[in-house]
Amino acid sequence: MFKNLSHLKKYFKKYKNKILLGILFIVLSNIGGVYIPILLKNSIDDLKNNLHFDLVIKNVLLVIATSAVAGVFRFMIRQTIIVVSREIEYDLRQDFWQHIQKLPLRFFQNNSTGNIMAHATNDISAVRMFVGPSIMYSIDTGMRFFLILPIMLWMNTTLTLFALLPLPLLSFAVYLVMKKIHVRYTKIQEKFSDLTTKAQENFSGIRVVKSYLREDYEISQFEKESKEYLKRNMDLVKIRSLFQPIFYMIAGLSSIIVLWKGGTMIINNQLSLGTMFAFLTYLLMLIWPMIAFGWVANMVQQADASMKRLLKIFNEPYEISDSEKTNYEIKSVNGEIEFKNVKFRYKENLPFVLNNISFKIAKGSTVAFIGNTGVGKTSLINLIARLYDVTEGEVLIDGINVKSIPLQVLRKNIGLVPQDSFLFSDTLKNNIMYGLENQNEKIVEYVSEIAQLKKDVESFPNGFETILGERGITLSGGQKQRSSFARALAIDPKILILDDSFSAVDTHTEEEILKGLKNFMKDRTSIIISHRISTVKDCDKIFVLDNGKIVEEGNHLELLELNGIYADLHNKQLLEEELSELG
Amino acid sequence: MAEQKDDEILGKAYDAKLMKRLLTYIKPYRKYVVLAIFMNIVVAALPSLRPVLTKIAVDDKIANHDYNGLLLIISALFGILIIQSVIQYFLTYFTELIGQKTIYDLRTQLFSHVQKLSLKYFDKVPIGRTVTRVTNDVDALNEMFSSGIVEIFSDVFMIVWILVFMFWMSWDLSLVTLAVLPILIFATFLFRKKVRETYRDVRKHLARLNSYMQEHITGMNVVQIFSKEKDELKNFSAINKDHKDANIRSIFYYAVFYPFVELLNSIAIGLIIWYGGGEIIQKQLTIGVLFAFIQFVEMFWRPVRDLSEKYNILQGAMAASERIFKLLDDKTIIQNPVNPIRLNNFKGEIEFKNVWFAYNPGEYVLKNISFKINPGETIAIVGATGAGKTSIINILTRFYDVEKGSITIDGIDIKNIHEKDLRKYVSVVLQDVFLFSGDIKTNISLGNENISDDKIIEAAKIVGADKFISQLPEKYNEEVKEKGATLSVGQRQLISFARALAYNPQILILDEATSSVDTETEILIQNAIEKLLKGRTSIVIAHRLSTIQNADKILVMHKGDLKEIGNHQELLAKKGIYYKLYQLQYKDQEIIKTN
Repeated sequence: MFKNLSHLKKYFKKYKNKILLGILFIVLSNIGGVYIPILLKNSIDDLKNNLHFDLVIKNVLLVIATSAVAGVFRFMIRQTIIVVSREIEYDLRQDFWQHIQKLPLRFFQNNSTGNIMAHATNDISAVRMFVGPSIMYSIDTGMRFFLILPIMLWMNTTLTLFALLPLPLLSFAVYLVMKKIHVRYTKIQEKFSDLTTKAQENFSGIRVVKSYLREDYEISQFEKESKEYLKRNMDLVKIRSLFQPIFYMIAGLSSIIVLWKGGTMIINNQLSLGTMFAFLTYLLMLIWPMIAFGWVANMVQQADASMKRLLKIFNEPYEISDSEKTNYEIKSVNGEIEFKNVKFRYKENLPFVLNNISFKIAKGSTVAFIGNTGVGKTSLINLIARLYDVTEGEVLIDGINVKSIPLQVLRKNIGLVPQDSFLFSDTLKNNIMYGLENQNEKIVEYVSEIAQLKKDVESFPNGFETILGERGITLSGGQKQRSSFARALAIDPKILILDDSFSAVDTHTEEEILKGLKNFMKDRTSIIISHRISTVKDCDKIFVLDNGKIVEEGNHLELLELNGIYADLHNKQLLEEELSELG
Repeated sequence: MAEQKDDEILGKAYDAKLMKRLLTYIKPYRKYVVLAIFMNIVVAALPSLRPVLTKIAVDDKIANHDYNGLLLIISALFGILIIQSVIQYFLTYFTELIGQKTIYDLRTQLFSHVQKLSLKYFDKVPIGRTVTRVTNDVDALNEMFSSGIVEIFSDVFMIVWILVFMFWMSWDLSLVTLAVLPILIFATFLFRKKVRETYRDVRKHLARLNSYMQEHITGMNVVQIFSKEKDELKNFSAINKDHKDANIRSIFYYAVFYPFVELLNSIAIGLIIWYGGGEIIQKQLTIGVLFAFIQFVEMFWRPVRDLSEKYNILQGAMAASERIFKLLDDKTIIQNPVNPIRLNNFKGEIEFKNVWFAYNPGEYVLKNISFKINPGETIAIVGATGAGKTSIINILTRFYDVEKGSITIDGIDIKNIHEKDLRKYVSVVLQDVFLFSGDIKTNISLGNENISDDKIIEAAKIVGADKFISQLPEKYNEEVKEKGATLSVGQRQLISFARALAYNPQILILDEATSSVDTETEILIQNAIEKLLKGRTSIVIAHRLSTIQNADKILVMHKGDLKEIGNHQELLAKKGIYYKLYQLQYKDQEIIKTN
């Protein structure tokens, strides 16, 4: 049972002392709590027998003192056990993050952000509930029950048996109700997600809805979903409404029995009034354990299911990491790149995206890859920075297999500007300095100049300190691309890879960028992927990719002479240019 | 790290104007509300009877050895318990019912309202936000509508009943007992305030944690490319730690408060025994009263706690309702004419007269456009991206209104035609086909009951979609996943053509998709388009040479201007923009045709 939760052992071990201390506090506070009814019993019996009033006063003071001492321990329980649960939550989340940071790109392409987020938030929270409240309440209530029981039995065995008669039944009822509640609650969640999907779909497809006059129909569909949601909510209410009555029954039934049986016994002189009172007080103290039992049982089940989902992520392999092949002697790279019969596919049963690619790029040269969408350009460059590993063949840098170069060294020397220019919601400056070890504002100025960002920055409210993204300003597509480009330049890379990085930048600005880049790239190797002839025409060498193979290669003029795919692209783009200059 | 703004913008806990408007939603259910309040009064009174009966049992029955009398009291107690449980059950049920019914009303009203909003609204507001209004925000009101309003009565009555019985039994002992009450109330409200503050703190850090994770999961490739894992782990730890610390701070208040309440309890009991004991010795009080008072003390605590919690419920509800009402009050709606002109003997003649249009004031995307389409004609609009082709569709269907000039159908300005009439006669087939989750059938009929299954199949057959549909395991009942993910681009297009055909509009506007499909599907689509355009006035934003060549007229748009009009041969002969476009985009398609 709950084998998934047993993986938490190492976390518990870390806080062993605090937990043991917490358990000790539970014991101490319960001893105090249990002592109070005995004091009350004595007071009442003393009063009844009309004896010394000063004894009563002494009892009263004892009650308050005991309650204060028990209270201090109760405070300590939360300060130990619940605090530990937060510590463990922290550790677990920390491990989770450390783990997913190392997972390959593949993982993030196969799992939606929302899905990963759900694990990081809901599942970790569910496990936390187990570690904290579940454990605290189980120990606390269990302890209390086993302390009270012998006292009650000692005071009066018969009355104890009668008083406790309804409790197990009611505790079981709580368990059943909780279980049903969970099932129905899940059903509500499902419907809620349907409702959300419906609204989402309708709003996204609002043009279709409006063009075909389907508003009324859509409203009626939405009403239907809402009605079902209402119905499922009420289904839950029907069960959940039982909660309070059950609570009343637990609290009430036993006390009535005590009053009845106890009263009869007092009439027959078998019991003192004080004892009956103590019984009534103890029963109040037992209500919560009975309810908690059913509650905790459900919480543990849910935590186990959550832990199972978390373990699935924890068991994801890193795929790409340093291995025994890694040569840690390598501290830097020069920038000569070679592909040797490289084959690559994303999954075992999918076709090859790259099929037997071989080429060599000399250090310091600039080459380009051109071709239609989906021919494998991005896959090819992803292999250089080891975002993916080759399926067959070898990728070599300075004649060394990239798998032998420490990952850190490899990536620190490659400035990769991906297609979708992702920027963090931070200042522009921090975004550009992202890859730097130390802050260096001079570099920011320098690379922004090359990226033609200067003019844009001047127009921003706070210049380089302007915050980007949701909390700040929204950059245009071109500005984003140029910022992401500047970020890659800032790390002073030996190899620069531009993956269609200027698609949203106008041709004029692009020309300026390329001009400035020439100087920067003098001793570095650069690889440019583009759809635009204007971007690639000055490269030392241009490769045309088609269907995962290199079909044409040469410089601009040579390729034009070939009169193949490249020449065709060239002609079309010339026409396009002409057209846009019209009007 | 950039400085984070507070995510939790909490409003006032009570706003009379909002509250008044919210209460109008309960009006239809006031019967339930009255019933619930009545049940509340009863349920609040019953538990307070218990200490009273206990006192009688102890003082009169047990003390006097009256066994039968004791049995009678026990039966009464048992009866009260049953009645209390039963009424409580229905009370919870009805209060929840009120809540659910009101939020159902509010939700459907909100959804209907959104249906009426013009596309300008959807351009402006991210879809996710509108979805949240309709779903989560409405749900946040549930608690206020259900337990919130009704339970305030129950708590107040409970306190009143307890006080009544206490003072009835012994007014001086009551005063002594209640001495701790001000402390209890003060402590509770102080605790609530502190917890609220720390809770807000926790929420703030949680929001930071979540947005950090969200952002860095999305941008994980950037983190990895720049080898920033170690630094990012440091950043993450800092945020994670802030979150932990905030939580631990809030534990402190709980840890202090609950034991403190228990201590107050003990003090109250101590006071009762001390003062009451003295009175008992002087024979001025019976021991049963002592019993009863000790029980009352236990009962006082719940309503006080509940009342303090109501503050949170109200505050949450106010914030949510403010957002909801803001959407309900959004009047970005295309205005229908006051006296719409009915379209009789519909012919389908369309005329654009000096039309100017801009999405943003001053930035014209259509400049002084004039042209006329005769009934039954097919017009192809061509031009490079950004020429203004899609805008023509948007204004003809009144998704947006023109700035200057007019558009007429059969000589009537479309501003004077009722929106519903206009859309009934004019159908649009959009470039990116939108499929709803459901089955193929409803995606063609869009749930219109006037379109029979036969008609659906007929339409599918005409456009050539029937072939692939009948190969699906469930045929026309085959499930379509969200956004049609399981179907190919070409298949989705064919379904949208069938949809248009099934609706059989007099005027058809077609935005041809640019995405390339395999040759076989391409031939299917070409045939489908031909059939679709036949016999009705059509406007096509054309990307296919075949469509363009078959058109009666070609309009060549360029940067918002209408540059050239004519048929294929005429325009080619002109060697103008069309000629260049032809070279660039359409010439290659000749190959498919000749093959």
